[in-house]
Amino acid sequence: MRRRLRPVLLGLAGVVVFLALWQLAATVGWVNGKYVPPPTEVFASLGRMMLDLHYWRTIGNTLTTWAIGLVIAGVAALALGTVIGLIPFLRRYTRSTVEFLRPIPSVAIIPLAILMFGYDREASLVIVVFATFWQIFIQVLYGVADVDPVARDTQRSFGLSARSRFVHLVLPTALPYIMTGIRLGATVALILTVTGELLIQVDGIGRLLTQRGTAADYAGVYALVVSAGLLALVINTLVRIIERRVLAWHESVRAEVVL
Amino acid sequence: MSAPAVTRRLLPASATRRLPRWLDGLLEAVGLPLVLLVLWALSALVAPNRYFPAPWRIAEAFVKTWVGESFFVDVLPSIGRLLVGLALAIVIGIAVGLLIGSVRWLRQFVEPVFEFFRAVPPPMLVPLLAITLGIGDTAKIAVIVAGAVWPILLNTVEGVRAVDAVQRETATSYQLSTVQRVVYLTLPSAAPQIMAGIRQSLSIAIILMVISEMTNSSSGLGLRITFFQQNFQIPEMWSGIVLLGFIGIALALLFQIAERLVLGWYRGLKETERA
Repeated sequence: MRRRLRPVLLGLAGVVVFLALWQLAATVGWVNGKYVPPPTEVFASLGRMMLDLHYWRTIGNTLTTWAIGLVIAGVAALALGTVIGLIPFLRRYTRSTVEFLRPIPSVAIIPLAILMFGYDREASLVIVVFATFWQIFIQVLYGVADVDPVARDTQRSFGLSARSRFVHLVLPTALPYIMTGIRLGATVALILTVTGELLIQVDGIGRLLTQRGTAADYAGVYALVVSAGLLALVINTLVRIIERRVLAWHESVRAEVVL
Repeated sequence: MSAPAVTRRLLPASATRRLPRWLDGLLEAVGLPLVLLVLWALSALVAPNRYFPAPWRIAEAFVKTWVGESFFVDVLPSIGRLLVGLALAIVIGIAVGLLIGSVRWLRQFVEPVFEFFRAVPPPMLVPLLAITLGIGDTAKIAVIVAGAVWPILLNTVEGVRAVDAVQRETATSYQLSTVQRVVYLTLPSAAPQIMAGIRQSLSIAIILMVISEMTNSSSGLGLRITFFQQNFQIPEMWSGIVLLGFIGIALALLFQIAERLVLGWYRGLKETERA
């Protein structure tokens, strides 16, 4: 019991010490208290915001863009990744193109997205989908190709139908990869959702941050950064729980696939 | 030894007159990109679209816009800030990660705070650091470091934690000095994790470079591209997108080379394990 408790207590102590140092720095004047307000002010500001419906609506908008983007990217990546991954000919001939397109920073296409869709959610979705797609696509591509050769030969000699081959062989092999892709994609999608709010002025937590900054409400700015961090933590935790559920049957709920 | 003769008889004539290996590989690599380029060019000729100018117009704009003075005023400083920021993030991330990873109570002490820092979507840091540090080079580099350091740092911590216990004890019984231990044991065995962290940081760093230039800047790639977009100079805008694409690809290639140098032994080990 003491063993289990120790890391939790140490972690809590870490948080407390961090907040105390921050408070001290801002009040004693190691940093300019106007631009780096102490945590007491920041959390007071966060509390006030949370009582306002506007705050929750803003977070809802961020989550909406995030979710739409993630779903579009996920569906497209699953469909294309499965087809291309299973057909060696396509795999070989698309490889150079994928390697070329993938490292293109998604922020580069922001101006194009704005021209095509205006300062609107659609423009934001273009960059969210572009960035998230590659994360999931690559994992699907590796996943469906990773089928154990012995299992594949066995399946062939038993003459399984294409459908049951997919359900019993390809899908179970690819699922851990797919979940890794979705987890990485969820994080990337949030990063680009916020980017869209900062640069394309789509409503959401990023735009609210810019507004608070222009209004010189610096405690508000910090409160929103804290909100964004908490939001990301909640999303991460949820995705991890889902991942564990979906892969409960898998031998390891396995060690991270490091690419 | 007679196998080729047999296959030759069984296969249709066309299959035996296969393309030479290198040509096959070349076709695989450039086939699809060429087809796409040709399709794009054709569609630009048949049905011109003002948002998608023909490739040669973009190439023309590319030379006019970025070759010459602008390369030194806008492109080089952007790339410089990107590389300096990344280098700092890598050095700080690995150094602090090594320290935290090897002291258990310290790791448990700082982990929740650091996990939170990693969770904050890095673009949110751009306005925040603009408030505290202004809009100069320092702020732009600081943003890149502040966003890119966390994946490297936390991955290093994980890598250091996972050092093989037997190897660690061997190092102790041979009485390796701290420096020797880090150089010959900890760093190599954490390297795969560290490289995975750096790979994540690359894309974050580019995103942050562009955002900080698009929001508050007087020069740089991001500013120029936004300017072109706002003034409907569409081929010029596209040339900027292409340039950013090239930077992304160059960075990915550099990383691949570095990874092969650093992790060559590791890949080889994995392959023998699999065989």
